[in-house]
Order: sequence, then structure tokens, then C-alpha cells
Amino acid sequence: MIVADKKPIEEIIDEIKEHERILILGCNECVTVCEAGGKKEVGVLASALRMYFLNEGKEVKVDEKTLERQCDHEYLEEIRSMIDQYDAVVSLACGVGVQFTAEKYHSMPVYPGVNTCFMVVTEERGLWTERCQGCGECILARTGAICPVSRCAKRVLNGPCGGSTDGKCEINKEIDCAWQLIVDRLKALDRLDDYEKISPLKDWSTDRAGGPRKVIREDVQQ
Amino acid sequence: MKPKTPSKLEKVLAAGHLAVTSECGPPRGSDPEVIVKKAELIKDHVDSVNITDNQTSVTRMCSLAACIRLKLLGLDPVLQMVTRDRNRIALQSDILGAASFDINNILCLSGDHQSFGDCATGQNVHDLDSMQLIQTIRHMRDEGKFLGGDDIKRPPEMFVGAAANPFADPFEIRVPRLAKKIAAGAEFIQTQCIYNLDKFEEWMKQVVDRGLHEKVSILAGMTPMKSAGMARYMKNRVPGMDVPDEVVKRLSDTPKEKQAEEGINICVEAIQRLKEVEGVRGFHVMAIEWEEKVPEIVERSGLYPRPKVD
Repeated sequence: MIVADKKPIEEIIDEIKEHERILILGCNECVTVCEAGGKKEVGVLASALRMYFLNEGKEVKVDEKTLERQCDHEYLEEIRSMIDQYDAVVSLACGVGVQFTAEKYHSMPVYPGVNTCFMVVTEERGLWTERCQGCGECILARTGAICPVSRCAKRVLNGPCGGSTDGKCEINKEIDCAWQLIVDRLKALDRLDDYEKISPLKDWSTDRAGGPRKVIREDVQQ
Repeated sequence: MKPKTPSKLEKVLAAGHLAVTSECGPPRGSDPEVIVKKAELIKDHVDSVNITDNQTSVTRMCSLAACIRLKLLGLDPVLQMVTRDRNRIALQSDILGAASFDINNILCLSGDHQSFGDCATGQNVHDLDSMQLIQTIRHMRDEGKFLGGDDIKRPPEMFVGAAANPFADPFEIRVPRLAKKIAAGAEFIQTQCIYNLDKFEEWMKQVVDRGLHEKVSILAGMTPMKSAGMARYMKNRVPGMDVPDEVVKRLSDTPKEKQAEEGINICVEAIQRLKEVEGVRGFHVMAIEWEEKVPEIVERSGLYPRPKVD
């Protein structure tokens, strides 16, 4: 899933302080799982903002709503009938949801309420770690299903670099060296001989380098 | 072994001599005299001189410009090139630029992570890795073609090198990793600084057992310690460095004013020992901001005078 982290409330206040009718819009998907932008967090943020405006002596309406998803037309349509009551939306969805909301309601200011991070696993409650950068050309078959693109600080495809020490990355002793993990995994699979196969130059045109990407699936289009 | 390029380093090795290389870090400014002065200190005692490429990710004068300065002085520079800062367009372009000044050696590296340097919030590139950079240069040189497939007019003539760290983890792939770099096209290797001689010799034995020493020229990396403090720093703070306790102890048991001299002694003794190790084809003496000591180390190690090759 995608993990997001909370934005400092001061930053949100700074963006919205001139508005008087604000909708805090949550999302019931990834940001709910990572406890940054679900119904509960919408409530917490709305209460904090109401308190802030009250202390400032300002009369500001702060409402709450959480959609099933903000990355699909059908769910975003659910607020069409109510959107005119507001002069700003703070979306607690990931950056995708923020943008899709803004695209749909073209004259409505939409502000991000979280910092969208990356694609993760939940290692334990409150700890999410990166596994994928969506490079568009998966090489996991070659690397024992451990991704050097997302998990190596230099994304070396023929690693490890000289900085791998005691299984950890040179940039931080808390970070596993992806290539140590790959070597360990190849050993476990009895495939260590594969280590000596050189990974060829990667086609990064399917990555960010190729510009904004789309997936078109004619077989599922109507 | 017949040299394939006009590189002096390659010729020295091909003639069967133990090669000696050293390195200079470019200045944090545009004064060319800094690099020229460093080169003057060592030029008669080494065959070739590496110029580092923004080492430890601290921004400096570019390696290519500093290499050109050395070339104009008649030296044989080794252009260090990291994949951290350039994509495949810039890498190929800089290789051609270097070749236009007849710079005939290149060392392919991934480069320290930018978080260590003065631009910790910057991007890194890593379009290629060091292994793929080796392949790229060999492709440009041997096929005379760009990565995109077009012909290169006057292809680069470069002796292609790579780094090897016999001490980094995981140890079981340290020799396979060397084999991989050789398969990618590496012709010479400069190793990480060696202080743990036993572990290095163990690695070399595995290298020889696989016959890799016949396919690549291995230059053992030597860095003299200036003080016990430097030894402790290298041991504890520099990634991938193996400094045994006895080295730290030998320096810290030495009075402070004599530690630098003792550091040189340790370095010379190590070279003397490693000269006898099968497969060691020379030494890469990295006297960090201590270039003036290179002549003494080379002379005391019995590696002077340097051979003349045409």
C-alpha cells in the first residue's frame, strides 16, 4: 500500500487560515491503514482546527467526511451535492486523492493534509518500510524477490557497493543492505551461482524518467 | 600481455613490473595550482595518478578538469568516475571529453552516498552502476559504438579499472564480485585500503585459486595512518574499512609526535609483505592530503626508481 505521514498542523493552518467553510476529507484506503488520513484522523484534525479557530475568535465551519476512496470517480461524486457549502477542502488522502479531488472540483481550493511517502509493508503497527518504487519493469525474478531499486540507497543492480558492513547500509546502521538480503536469499534458494550473472543496463523509460505514465488495458476497457 | 591502449599504467603492467599509482583529491575551488603542486610532489615516484571524483560526496573541482591539468604536465592520469552524479548521456560524454585529451585510464565507481557530503538533500542518479559503467566503456572502446548503437568517431582508448573491497560484507561474495567485474570488462583493480593483511591474503588466495589474477591486474590499496586518532576513525567510522586492533594499538602505544612516522613504517612493512603475495601486481598509495610522503613510502618499499616504458 501507499504510506502517508501527518503534516504538522501549523503547516495546514497556514494554508487554510483565510477560509471560513472547510471540509476535511478522509479516505478509507491506504491512509486509513497507516492511520494518517482515515475517519479517525479526520475527526482529530477537525477538532484541532475548531479549537484553533475558537481560540483565534474566528467563526469557521469545519466539517468531516470520509470517502471509500479518493482515487475513483464514483466515490468522489458522493460530495458533489455538498461541495458548494465549502470554500476549501483539506484532503487527508495520498497525493493521488488530493489531485483527483482538485481535478473533479475545478474551482475548489484543495490542500494536502498529509505527506505522501512511498509503497510499503506494515512491519508492525506504526512501522512501515519501503518495498517498491514502481519502476515499471520488475526485476524481482533475478534478485531473489528483493528489490535493489527501492531498497538499495544507490539502487545498484549489481551490488553490493563497498559500503555494506555487517549486513547494513553505509548511510545508516538501521537500514539493511539490500544486497546482503539478496545474497542471503539466493543462498537460501540454493541459487548463489546466479549472483555472478550481470544485470544489464536498466530501461528507466518505464520509471519516472519516461515522464508521466499510464497503463492502458484495452481488454478491460469498455 | 600486449597493451591494448596507450596507457602508461597498462604498459608498466604489461612489461611485468609492479605498478605504483597514487591519487590526488582536487581542490574545493578553481585554483589549478593546488592540483599541479600535488602532482609535482609525486610524479617521479608513481606511474599514474588517480584523480578522485567528488569523494565523500563533497563538491570539488571536477575530476576531468584536474586530469587534463595532469595530462598537460605529461603525467598519466586515472580518471575516477562515479555513477552517482551522471546519467548515461553525461557518462559517455565525459568519457569522450577525457579521450579528446588522451586520458587513457578510467576507474569506475558507484561513489559514496550523497548523504555524507555537502549536498545531502540532493538527488543521486545511478542510471548505471559501476559494473555497467565498466561494460559501457569497454563497449565504446572495443566496439567503437555508443550505447545507443551509433558509431563513435575516434573511440576512447582507455585502460579500464574498478575498485574492489576485500573486506566489505558479505565476505562470501567478495571473490565472485571481483569475477563479475572482470566479466564486465575490468582490466585493473585498485583495492580498498588494506590494514588487515591476513584477511587480504585470504582473499587473494581465493582470487588466485579461481585464476582471476591472470585476467586482471590487482593493485593493493595502501593508506598510511597519520595518527592513532585517524586509525580509530577509519576503524569505527569509515564504511567497509577493516582496521585490526593491533594496528590501532601500535599507533596509540607510540608517542604522539612519532605516530606519523610509525604510520609510514606500518605502510612500508605492509607493502614489503604484500609484494610477495601471488597475484599482487602493484600498489595504489593513497596518502590522503599527505602526498608529500608518497616518495618516501615508494623508495623505502623498494619500488623506486620507476621503470621507463615508451
